[in-house]
Amino acid sequence: MSTSLDREWQRFTPTQRIGRWLLWLAIVAACVWAVRSIEIIPEFLADAPQQMADLLLRMWPPDLGHYRIGVHDALIETLHIATLGTVLSFTMAVPLALLTARNVCPWAPVNALANLLLVASRSVNSLVWALLFVAVFGPGALAGVLAIAFRSVGFVGKLLAEAIEETPRGPMEAMAAVGAPWGHGMLKGMWPQVQPAFWGIALFRWDINVRESAVLGLVGAGGIGVALDDAINFFHWDRVATILLAILVVVVIAEIVVTQIRKRLI
Amino acid sequence: MTRTAFTPNWTARGALLALALYCVFAVTQLDISWARILTGFGEGGRFLARMWPPNFERWDTLVEGMLESIQIAVLSSVAGIILSLPLGLMAARNLSPAWVSAPVRGFIALCRSLHYVIVAILFVKAVGFGALAGVAALTVASMGFIAKLFAEAIEEISMKQVEAVRATGAGPAGVLLYGVLPQVASRFVGFCIYQLDSNLRNSTLVGIVGAGGIGGTLFAAFKRFDYDFVAAILLSIIALIFLAELVSARVRKALQ
Repeated sequence: MSTSLDREWQRFTPTQRIGRWLLWLAIVAACVWAVRSIEIIPEFLADAPQQMADLLLRMWPPDLGHYRIGVHDALIETLHIATLGTVLSFTMAVPLALLTARNVCPWAPVNALANLLLVASRSVNSLVWALLFVAVFGPGALAGVLAIAFRSVGFVGKLLAEAIEETPRGPMEAMAAVGAPWGHGMLKGMWPQVQPAFWGIALFRWDINVRESAVLGLVGAGGIGVALDDAINFFHWDRVATILLAILVVVVIAEIVVTQIRKRLI
Repeated sequence: MTRTAFTPNWTARGALLALALYCVFAVTQLDISWARILTGFGEGGRFLARMWPPNFERWDTLVEGMLESIQIAVLSSVAGIILSLPLGLMAARNLSPAWVSAPVRGFIALCRSLHYVIVAILFVKAVGFGALAGVAALTVASMGFIAKLFAEAIEEISMKQVEAVRATGAGPAGVLLYGVLPQVASRFVGFCIYQLDSNLRNSTLVGIVGAGGIGGTLFAAFKRFDYDFVAAILLSIIALIFLAELVSARVRKALQ
């Protein structure tokens, strides 16, 4: 009796404790390594607050008059790029998602190949895609649309494939049982089940794409990023402030629009 | 009267038609033409030919840039995690009064709404070229992401345990440590791992605007038309991201 009372209780087994210590050690070691070897110039760090204040002073007041001349059209172009890119990405992502989903396409090698394409699309950032497409199609909105589309394919395709794989088999089997051809089964048995997920993914990705398309112009792929890059290169910081405000407003509006549509649709 | 099994949904069809019309309109607005796309395909072939084979001759520059990217990712994740802990607690509406949570939520939304590359540009101006600007920019992005999700997780906790700890006479610190944090700790770790993963991706990019890491090397190689070196850098970045995804999936599985 007294032995069990005196016994010291511990939450983790010794191996768990050692594992936890090793994990913490690894985290601390990674931080120390990064701090010690990263190249930080002390002079730059020392006058950072001063530079920051200088930046803000130059940005204030924002040159709002510039909006009509140099920002508005670029902003609309950005929205076009985001929307067209999202639509284009869906035309590529839907077939790939169908090929990835194991309950639609029963051949494992095809599943793997389609999934590989999706992963490849995801692992290249949209700015890198934009660099590649600017080199191929020249600077302009076309490169931006393609960059947005190719980056989105992986994201959209993965989520769509997951939604398709999670659908119950019942409706598809019922359609097959009444003698409907495969296409009808997909349209009336599968599509109603994935429809909410489909629109949810579309809205979600469009929201992300509005943010992403704002920076594509930095590498010459059209949109408001071009205006931003110009303003920065000419040190027109008051114009930069206007452009940043415009981007901020558009991003917030896009988010509100998406939440409103989502409430109605889903 | 005949009944149709599937009544047509005219609102949805109208909306789809409107979307199609919009796409046509937008294409004309953006000055996209077949001629340009066709020339692009020819150019694309030449471009790919110049990328092959990838040139790993300057591997020392490559490794240096990659290491710097990893350092940026590690430091910005750690700083972001440390800063999001208090921010998330302050933004949770069930723990903080409205006059604290409302401005903090606004600040978090501000951190999230600007793209990290734009934030990086501002920091490059403020602290100069180099990795520090990248660390600062990604720290801001991490704060926006982790603090938001952390606050949402805290808002979903059961208040019974908080009350129980409070009833024992514990102070605010005790309530936080033993009533709140145990309920959200595992989700918090999950967010942190996800953010580390995404910081690693993003740290390979901030170099495009001069904020350190492999992105600068990539952009420089692009501007010099060193396409075979570009291919080598891209392959290395993809390999790194693949590796990070594998590791983070493994860690997340182990945590569950």
